[in-house]
Amino acid sequence: MSVTPDLDRRTLLRRAAAAGLLVTPAAGLLSACAGSTPSQNNDNAGEKSDDNPFGVQDGSSVKVVIFNGGLGDAWAKEDQAIFNAKYPNVTVNMSSTQKIKTEEQPKMATQPSDVVMNSGADMMDISTLVNEGAIEPLDDLLAAPAWDGEGTVADSLLPGTVGDGTYQGKFFVVNVAYTVWGNWYNDALFSKEGWTPPKTFDDFFALAPKIKAKGMAPYVYDAVHGYYPRWALMATVWKSAGKQAVIDIDNLKENAWRAEGILPALEAWEKLVKDKLLLPGKLDHTQSQQAWLDGKAAFIQVGTWLKNEMAATIPPGFEMKISDYWGLGATDKAPNDVYAGAGEGIVVPAKAPNKAAAKEFLRAVLSKAGSAKFAELTKSLASTKGSGDNVQDAALASANELMKNAGSDLISIKLWNFYADLDKESQNLSAELMAGRLTAAQFVDKMQAAADKVAKDSSITKQTRDA
Amino acid sequence: MRHGVARFVTGFLALPVGLYLFYVVWPFLQAAGYSLTDWGGYSDKQQFVGLDNYLRLFSDELIRKAFWHNVFFLITVPLFTIALALFLAFLLNVGGREDKAGIRGVFGSGLYKVIFFFPQVLSLVVIAVMWQQIYRADGQGLINGILMKIGLVGEDDPITFMHDPEPFLGVPAVLWWLLLIAVWSGAGFYMVLFSAAMQSIPKDVYEAAILDGAGRFHTFFRITLPLLRDTVSVAWVYLGFIALDMYALVFVMTPSQGGPNHASEIFASVLNFTAFQKGQFGYACAMGVALAIFTILLAALQLRITRRERIEY
Repeated sequence: MSVTPDLDRRTLLRRAAAAGLLVTPAAGLLSACAGSTPSQNNDNAGEKSDDNPFGVQDGSSVKVVIFNGGLGDAWAKEDQAIFNAKYPNVTVNMSSTQKIKTEEQPKMATQPSDVVMNSGADMMDISTLVNEGAIEPLDDLLAAPAWDGEGTVADSLLPGTVGDGTYQGKFFVVNVAYTVWGNWYNDALFSKEGWTPPKTFDDFFALAPKIKAKGMAPYVYDAVHGYYPRWALMATVWKSAGKQAVIDIDNLKENAWRAEGILPALEAWEKLVKDKLLLPGKLDHTQSQQAWLDGKAAFIQVGTWLKNEMAATIPPGFEMKISDYWGLGATDKAPNDVYAGAGEGIVVPAKAPNKAAAKEFLRAVLSKAGSAKFAELTKSLASTKGSGDNVQDAALASANELMKNAGSDLISIKLWNFYADLDKESQNLSAELMAGRLTAAQFVDKMQAAADKVAKDSSITKQTRDA
Repeated sequence: MRHGVARFVTGFLALPVGLYLFYVVWPFLQAAGYSLTDWGGYSDKQQFVGLDNYLRLFSDELIRKAFWHNVFFLITVPLFTIALALFLAFLLNVGGREDKAGIRGVFGSGLYKVIFFFPQVLSLVVIAVMWQQIYRADGQGLINGILMKIGLVGEDDPITFMHDPEPFLGVPAVLWWLLLIAVWSGAGFYMVLFSAAMQSIPKDVYEAAILDGAGRFHTFFRITLPLLRDTVSVAWVYLGFIALDMYALVFVMTPSQGGPNHASEIFASVLNFTAFQKGQFGYACAMGVALAIFTILLAALQLRITRRERIEY
């Protein structure tokens, strides 16, 4: 669940400088491993009250690091203004970057920032952070009164937000963006041609020849980042095989990948590839999104940050709308469940020098005023309830619409947050399946083998989910 | 030595040596220390596990795969780079026609030198990003675009370059495409190096050979190459280092940093994944130390094999 950044010119130059230091491979790799000795932190705490539930101390300062990816960082400056309106004497040192892990990981054991938005391609592995005790549990934040609404902070959040940030029974990650995933299409084009967005793969396979007749590819995908196609594959798996099947997969249950409904779901994707319904070529996320905007393909699947990410190059008259992932039809166990959840996680390092102000800052981020600004600026929903109510935007409205018709459960997959090995393997295998080098049956066999290997490995801390 | 000179020299050296020890040698030692622990990288908790991490290396399939990919580069990068650089240097210095002015390079060799050297001026990451556009796997890629225009590649079937794991001569295609970039970017520098060495070979040696009726082929293999032995040997060691690294190219260019599906995995990419994704810094440090030892052994072996009496002229 992350918004991938581009390799922009500045990162490139910085990385170039770093690469220049690698005179010999050994030297570079060796010093990359070396850390430094830990030091003690002293938490400065002031008076606690209902209005100041964590005891933020006047005159202290708080360091906030924002991930500047698909959502930008303008929204965070609004939160800073809201925070400073209440605490004019607390200094907020805010910086934004795309290189979260590169810049923050070396500081985690000694002098970390107070608030770190851990997102993007260069994010720190969540389960490692939890297992190492490197981040602070934020259950007291959930229990604190909401900044500018009724009840507690937890009450003000959209369903799934608390669950998505909970690991080993504790709430660690404040996911600020509420993302809805699905298949995007150009509504203007579809109305003109009289096409209806498909609900099932059968609908899609029926529509595909008509799309091809117009000289368009029916579908385009990101062939560089394996986690893009993986969202879509796993959404179909959930719809076809049901929630319990995915929970079993996440819990590494024996033969979980061989449950009823999983293979047919993946076979639908295999058919899509074999029938040559993909745009030829191997593009990355922005290239494939641009190809879709240029009318080379009819469908692309991605999350609701799409509009913000591509804002600069959307052609006039292009009406992007999101529709639900496709299921298989009558046999589906959970046809109406929507892939949505809170993403873009913010964490507070366990050794952060000013945890009180860090938590208070997060309370401001989750405020009504802050989340409304978030939705306005990013065209994405915030994970606080009601953030998008006053935003006029067709793409956002289509996501709202999708959520209103959603089934009782939200599709959520934990596997890749639980285990780095399975994250890598599932990305690789998803890319292989989409490249046509792997059949659905082979995908299932290889995923099962990888899951069994992790289950047997005693050096890996196991995690489980109940719901 | 006069009294006080030792103190004088020490005074000058203390600071740089101190800096070197602290910023270079100390991190190396730290890494070696961490390689004996199960440190995760994000906390200050760690346990001593002895040589467990090193034993694990031998049963790690991914490491084995990465090792063989590095060996592929270790053989091919120096071989092709040096061959190309020697060929170019020969043409530019002694490959032209011989006339009254004596032996010289082909026409316009000064210009060629600048052009061939140019990739050396660019950072490897800049090169990688540039080649991303050259290798782009659809009609907008430089190579695919041209080949599609002249009809050698079908519109629906572009060459996939970095996404192609199909083996060619037993090695995934993606590695060959990476090799092409490495050779292209390295050959210029070694061409200049070899040119300098060639210019120090006395012209009369060549003239004598030509008088005896030696053609270009014979002058190159009987005179130039033997007299360049030292330079080539050093170049081989340097290129060996580069071949064992290759990190920047793999990291920037390949899908999933080592993909597709581990087809371009190298030591450094596995190390990066182990340390930063899996959070096993101890094990990753063991990989780094193992690679360092391997590199040093290789360099020592290489220099020993090629050591010979030096020819003076």
